[in-house]
Amino acid sequence: MKITEKEVRYVADLANLDLSEAEVHKFQADLDEILGHVERLNEIDTTGVEPMAQVLYAAGEATLRADREIPPLGTDIALANAPQPGAGYFKVPKVIER
Amino acid sequence: MNVASLTIGQIRDGLLARRFSAVELAQEALRFAEAQNPATNAYLRFSPERALSAAARVDEKIARGEDPGPLAGVPVAVKDVILTKGLRTTCGSKLLAEYVPPYNATAITRLEAAGGVILGKTNCDEFAMGSSNENSAFGPVRNPLAPDRVPGGSSGGSAAAVAQGTATLALGSDTGGSIRQPASFCGVVGVTPTYGRVSRYGLTAFASSLDHIGPLARTVRDAAVLLQTIAGRDPQDATSADAPVPDYTQSMDGRVKGLKLGLPREYLKDLTSETGDLIAAGVDAFRKLGCEVREVSLPATDYAIGCYYVIATAEASSNLARYDGVRYTFRSEASGTLSDMYRHTRGEGFGAECKRRIMLGTYVLSAGYYDAYYLKAQKVRALIAQDFARAFAEVDAIVAPVSPFPAFKLGEKIDDPLAMYLSDIYTITGDLAGIPCMSVPCGKTAEGLPVGMQILAKHFDEPTMFRLADAFERAPR
Repeated sequence: MKITEKEVRYVADLANLDLSEAEVHKFQADLDEILGHVERLNEIDTTGVEPMAQVLYAAGEATLRADREIPPLGTDIALANAPQPGAGYFKVPKVIER
Repeated sequence: MNVASLTIGQIRDGLLARRFSAVELAQEALRFAEAQNPATNAYLRFSPERALSAAARVDEKIARGEDPGPLAGVPVAVKDVILTKGLRTTCGSKLLAEYVPPYNATAITRLEAAGGVILGKTNCDEFAMGSSNENSAFGPVRNPLAPDRVPGGSSGGSAAAVAQGTATLALGSDTGGSIRQPASFCGVVGVTPTYGRVSRYGLTAFASSLDHIGPLARTVRDAAVLLQTIAGRDPQDATSADAPVPDYTQSMDGRVKGLKLGLPREYLKDLTSETGDLIAAGVDAFRKLGCEVREVSLPATDYAIGCYYVIATAEASSNLARYDGVRYTFRSEASGTLSDMYRHTRGEGFGAECKRRIMLGTYVLSAGYYDAYYLKAQKVRALIAQDFARAFAEVDAIVAPVSPFPAFKLGEKIDDPLAMYLSDIYTITGDLAGIPCMSVPCGKTAEGLPVGMQILAKHFDEPTMFRLADAFERAPR
């Protein structure tokens, strides 16, 4: 077994995902099968191979824009999709008790 | 006017000859699309006001004698992961059911500036994660050619709309095959351009090192014209390439005689017999056009699925961390503390496939596993890219199947995630290498199910890809 239900709960906690018992059970089986397939990567020799982090842009190909200020969207527009906006901020449940 | 079969060229001719106005066309296209949509669920919503005002601008330009733009009056469907200012964009997710973007994706800005008329937003797998469009929170899409079958995914709604004739063009996105596979299943043309060719500004991020925006159309020429309008450097996306954009339609001159094509042996062994026969006949058609076809080997192909599902899910787990109930419309009611709010919002908001990928991605990045999974996958990715580079030293382009099989039945693979992932085997390699690749129709099975031929080319060599696809499309078979 590549992954246990205990590890599934631990990973769900890292990912801030609330899972039902049924989901923990299902994902344990799914991830176990998928990781079993992924394990095959170990069959291939990658000694001396540089990891590929991006596709293009060897030296000189990456292009950054000029470092100039551009007007942002502004607070009202940025907050338009907020579940709970207030006083120009995103409001969330209280974190610290007084 | 038969709105279901119009091409960009026919629309342009009709508008300039004053046979119809852009507004009349938009009204008819909307009427037709709204009437046909219940059969497929391809569109999630229509945008009549936006469409009619875009069409009116085209008519004004024509009345003033100005050039109305290369996409003047053309009805376009847009995958619902691409942001449209003021027009709800859900990513196929309950989490974003009410999200109204405050800005346009660059591809949208460019296509509207070119005179394109956006009819509405199309259904897709949630956050573009899936190969069947069954992972949408708003119901699956039915294949317009076989209603008991999937249209493919994740750009299933875009492919279905173009096939059904409810849009002339569509925008899709491709991370592991999400444009080419549905194009193949629905019998239309789908293009994944070179990584960086089209700005991703305003494309909801799934796996940033693999994500592309690309066109779907009924003809190669129409797909090329749409790519032409959206391609090019964008200061808003640092990963957009600075390379000049050639004139793609100029490359479609039929001159394919003597081009060398590679047929990768690793892509032929798991095909259904009908798909294998159709691909073999397609390869013969290239030979008859005067192309020289030779076998090539891409030996790392067998490891591509494992490589992809490590890299894509790792990046997805990071990109999807932002949907936590703070900023994007949906927040769980059951949120007493901040931590509960995060956990419950995500637990209630994400569907099963997104959760599965977030879990896998978080696992492979977690302490102690990074080297074994993520770093290893990045090295295998380099080998997959080297395979292509080696092949392209010998051949001008590669031809291959898009999928091992044609459209499968709704529900057939949904309970077996690994089987669903394995269906992406021939498309994910192009994304991993970042090369341009496309699906072009290659005939139908006895049952009438379309099969696509894939054409893959060197980085930024879309001209050779389009030259071959156009000649293939016009070749007698």
